[in-house]
Amino acid sequence: MLHIVACIKQVPDTKIIKMNPKTNTMDRASAPAILNPYDAHAVEEAVRLKKRYGGTVSVLTMGPPPAVKAIKKCIEIGADEGYMISDRAFAGADTLATSYALTKAIEKISQIKPVDLIICGKMTIDGDTGQVGPGIARRLDMPPLTSVNKIKEINVEEGYAIVHRKLEDGYEVIQSTMPCLMSVEKEINEVPYSSMTNMLKAARYQPVIWAVADLEDVERTQLGLKGSPTIVSKVWAPTKPSGGEMLEGDAAVQTEKLLNLLLEKKELFAVKGGSAVEL
Amino acid sequence: MSFEEYSGIWVFIEVKDGEVVLVSLELLGAGKELADKRGTELAGVLIGENVTHLAASLFEYGADTVYVYDDTIFKNYRTESYMKALLECCQKYKPEVILYGATSTGKDLASAVATDLPTGLTADSTILDIEEDTGLLLASRPAFGGNIMATILCKKYRPQMATVRPKVMKALTPEPGRKGQLIEETASIKEEDIRTKVLEIVQFTTQKVRIDEADIVVAGGKGLGSEKGFQVVHDLAETLGGAVGASRDVVEAGWVEHHHQVGQTGLTVTPKIYFAIGISGAIQHIVGMQNSGLIIAINNDPEAPIFQSSHYGIVGDAFEIVPLLIQQFKQAFNQEVVDHV
Amino acid sequence: MSEKFDVIVVGAGPAGISCAYELAKAGVNVLLIERGEYPGSKNVMGGVLYRKMMEDVIPEFWKEAPLERPIVEQRFMMMDKESAVTVGYKGMEWGQEPYNNFTVLRAKFDQWFAGKAVEQGALLVNETVVLECIVENGKVVGVRTDRPDGDLYADVVVLADGVNSLLAKSLGFHKEFRPDEVALATMEIIKLDKKTIEDRFNLEENQGTTIELFGDATKGILGTGFLYTNKDTLSLGVGSLLSGLIKHKIKPYELLEYVKNHPMIRPYIAGGEPVEYLAHMIPEGGYKSMPKVAGNGVLVVGDAAQLVNAIHREGSNLAMKSGQFAAEAVLLAKERDDYSEATLNHYKTRLMSSFVGQDMKKYKDSTHHFDKFPQYFDKYIPMVNKAASQMFTVDGSSKWEKQKKIWRDVGTAGEKFKLARDAYRAWKVMK
Ligand SMILES: Cc1cc2nc3c(=O)[nH]c(=O)nc-3n(C[C@H](O)[C@H](O)[C@H](O)COP(=O)(O)OP(=O)(O)OC[C@H]3O[C@@H](n4cnc5c(N)ncnc54)[C@H](O)[C@@H]3O)c2cc1C
Ligand SMILES: Cc1cc2nc3c(=O)[nH]c(=O)nc-3n(C[C@H](O)[C@H](O)[C@H](O)COP(=O)(O)OP(=O)(O)OC[C@H]3O[C@@H](n4cnc5c(N)ncnc54)[C@H](O)[C@@H]3O)c2cc1C
Ligand SMILES: Nc1ncnc2c1ncn2[C@@H]1O[C@H](COP(=O)(O)O)[C@@H](O)[C@H]1O
Repeated sequence: MLHIVACIKQVPDTKIIKMNPKTNTMDRASAPAILNPYDAHAVEEAVRLKKRYGGTVSVLTMGPPPAVKAIKKCIEIGADEGYMISDRAFAGADTLATSYALTKAIEKISQIKPVDLIICGKMTIDGDTGQVGPGIARRLDMPPLTSVNKIKEINVEEGYAIVHRKLEDGYEVIQSTMPCLMSVEKEINEVPYSSMTNMLKAARYQPVIWAVADLEDVERTQLGLKGSPTIVSKVWAPTKPSGGEMLEGDAAVQTEKLLNLLLEKKELFAVKGGSAVEL
Repeated sequence: MSFEEYSGIWVFIEVKDGEVVLVSLELLGAGKELADKRGTELAGVLIGENVTHLAASLFEYGADTVYVYDDTIFKNYRTESYMKALLECCQKYKPEVILYGATSTGKDLASAVATDLPTGLTADSTILDIEEDTGLLLASRPAFGGNIMATILCKKYRPQMATVRPKVMKALTPEPGRKGQLIEETASIKEEDIRTKVLEIVQFTTQKVRIDEADIVVAGGKGLGSEKGFQVVHDLAETLGGAVGASRDVVEAGWVEHHHQVGQTGLTVTPKIYFAIGISGAIQHIVGMQNSGLIIAINNDPEAPIFQSSHYGIVGDAFEIVPLLIQQFKQAFNQEVVDHV
Repeated sequence: MSEKFDVIVVGAGPAGISCAYELAKAGVNVLLIERGEYPGSKNVMGGVLYRKMMEDVIPEFWKEAPLERPIVEQRFMMMDKESAVTVGYKGMEWGQEPYNNFTVLRAKFDQWFAGKAVEQGALLVNETVVLECIVENGKVVGVRTDRPDGDLYADVVVLADGVNSLLAKSLGFHKEFRPDEVALATMEIIKLDKKTIEDRFNLEENQGTTIELFGDATKGILGTGFLYTNKDTLSLGVGSLLSGLIKHKIKPYELLEYVKNHPMIRPYIAGGEPVEYLAHMIPEGGYKSMPKVAGNGVLVVGDAAQLVNAIHREGSNLAMKSGQFAAEAVLLAKERDDYSEATLNHYKTRLMSSFVGQDMKKYKDSTHHFDKFPQYFDKYIPMVNKAASQMFTVDGSSKWEKQKKIWRDVGTAGEKFKLARDAYRAWKVMK
């Protein structure tokens, strides 16, 4: 029986976040906290593997208390258990400190039930780094498999997994020993509309919450701000471009003007596959 | 940790299909500036199978030194083997800075190396600078979906590491015949220590122009209403011989595949001409195309933010403008060809 | 496997939440279903929350609820194109416990309120739409949701799904509302510095003002507008009967744009940044449009039952009260183990004998009256403005002469008679 841990994070919805034009800071209140969209796919993939091979899906998050909501969302998707590590001592963590804390939690989860597979999202939409997944893998000495867009096969008895790893212009098929860690792309699956059974389960669900003191062998100096080599020193709003020239007139005049602009660069058009030249 | 021991700016050289990928050359360009500012040397770390000969071109692109790990074990990129090589090289020569392209390979490798060293790693940087006297790397990057820029520092650890977005830095003009020092290294890793195998590599064999290499990109957004409406984008791209791009919403709606997506979570493109048709111009899209040579926006909403980021704008109905443009373009082009015959 | 609950409440607005709160508190197994991302995410209100009815549910709620400002001043502005006559009352007693009422932002408030119901033991499921009631043998026995395996059963289903309740309609409790039974309101939330708000509205720190707008706020179409102070935003909105909008061929957001640019309003909002735009319907048919509110296994509460006092912009309070009465009826039914209409009708009896029913009856003609006689809005308010202008302009003529002139301006004897008659009628429907 597979035991899969999916790492998930609650993030501000950066699609709709507003900037305060005066202070150049983000108005966090303007963006609702959501489950990191990539992580929804990570959980969904874990749930699909569970259906395929049997087993249990646990989700894990490090976050402040409201992040319980993100865990409940994962229960809606079909996860069985939720763990959360929450403590002031975790605050301000960069990816190195985040992967350390999460590793300690995974070690504790493994004592409850050995972990065969860890699945992370490709990246978060706030930190945008994609570094936490491989970081956890290294710390647990598991092979990291990043950019996974298909899980072809998992064989628990023989202890291997075969996945597709996305490349810029294709993919590679990789076989890895288990346990291992995968960071998955969005395209790996579609998250379906959750069933009422799962909705009710999530509404009733209370995750297991651990503070630093509940974890074992933790070096406090490796946590949070203290344990983070990187420092965010300056934050500013990207400069807004001022806009160019509007081509006025009716449609025919506008396109005429545009055409003249394009023809100035006509050397670009003599390309393969183009049907511009129709003689 | 004594910082004096650490010197030199390094670039991880990524090789694909027997060639150095573009971003590595761009990083040599960016690294050169940092190295000059620090008065130190620029080195490339070249890992692969049958790659030693590539060092010559790296010198021409600005590298003073190239460390080479050339072995069949490095035939395909695998985290464990490449990481081992780079870690050993790092421990032996102690660089001050290591830069990686923010590609799937570069990000994977850098994350693993940073954890093992350990050190800080700045993700997806777009601006690099260095303090002359302290050697502190100032790596700036978009975060929160491109809504903010942040400068990230790593004060207490060496080497300092950053992945850097492709197409943002500029490669130097190669200096033919420029030479440097080639240092051949061997890694202690053995095949049986590696827990992953690459079984197969599948390349998409589309003859279509790749969007991040195209001179012309015609991109469409949600404003085109439907997959059917998006056809005008394909039509214009075909007429001009360009590649098709798309905003995130379009990809999420399934009108085109993900590899057409331009922006923060898609590709960064820098074509000579970029068309944004029916794209509102959310910051997440803008960060992926703002360095294009000529940006032309067509949108029926005069208030659309895309006009702020474009060189030329047309307020109008895409379904009227684009077919008209295609028609006029074909006419004009045929005329010219005829004139020249 | 379909679960069965004691009670399913559809819609987490003030009506549904207070009902679920009371039931959960009494130990009833209650499920609250909300279609929005979270309670309040889609809900709209100008923002006056009445302390009394809220306190009936949660005593001393102001100590922890996310409220904007306690209101110490209420103004009424009768607007013409370039003038306004304003009356109002400000009292410092409203600035202290137990307060009179508060401005709230529903997205925050409803979420908090629903959290309190969950604390009491109610189960809350968001992002789920109830498509229809499941009816068996003439009894409502559950709901069908849009989720896979989404049928759920209950002894009683409480419909708190807001104005235009499709669920009550599908049970045949009411017909499609006529355009003169619902108002369409649009509003903006405008961000403005806290200190600026207090200066502009002449307020002590953290105190609030409401201004109700009549007349030219709605271009003379029957309806009202409002401008309320929140912590660091203003709520500005206008609403008018759908029939009026249709008749005058005007779009609701055009009305909002108009009032934003009105010289009596513009200075209040100058420099503010609109951060949210909202639109919502308000049931204004009053008593005569009320649907059937109790059936076999089903109750209808809040806006879904048309419980709004259009004249005094009260709705949330009536909604809460009705939710409480519904909970009472359910408990009675549980005790008797009888969920028939006959038992559940206890709700209707309680409702109609309370201030809710009394007010609904008292103001039953108000909206219809003003709708039938547009002269109140398009003629009398400008007239009052002109009169005030003449009275207050110092130009050397005596006040006596001024009054005579004002009266002359009203028009012919016939028109004077009409004015007197309309004034009497207005007094009768509103008193
Ligand atoms: C602009 C920006 C750029 C960044 N760039 C990089 C980069 O290049 N490289 C890099 O390694 N990292 C970087 N990071 C940090 C990286 O994103 C973090 O690993 C992760 O995303 C958490 O970041 P945060 O700012 O939300 O953390 P914080 O909000 O500071 O919190 C850190 C963690 O602790 C949790 N936490 C906070 N408060 C509490 C509490 N009271 N109780 C329990 N848990 C709590 C948070 O949920 C979070 O998971 C960057 C962060 C920012 C803001
Ligand atoms: C512009 C405006 C200003 C107002 N100002 C005031 C004021 O100042 N003071 C005041 O007291 N009242 C005011 N009101 C009236 C007040 O908002 C309403 O009377 C009150 O919200 C009614 O509460 P309710 O719970 O019945 O309905 P609602 O608050 O509308 O709640 C209904 C809930 O049901 C949910 N729902 C609907 N259908 C379904 C379904 N099929 N499945 C699941 N969930 C569903 C909705 O998402 C919603 O959360 C104002 C109204 C408007 C529009
Ligand atoms: N605080 C956290 N708790 C649990 N998982 C996390 C946390 N932060 C990051 N992750 C996981 O690591 C992935 C990459 O995160 P990031 O490096 O922040 O982009 C996320 O998609 C999650 O799967």
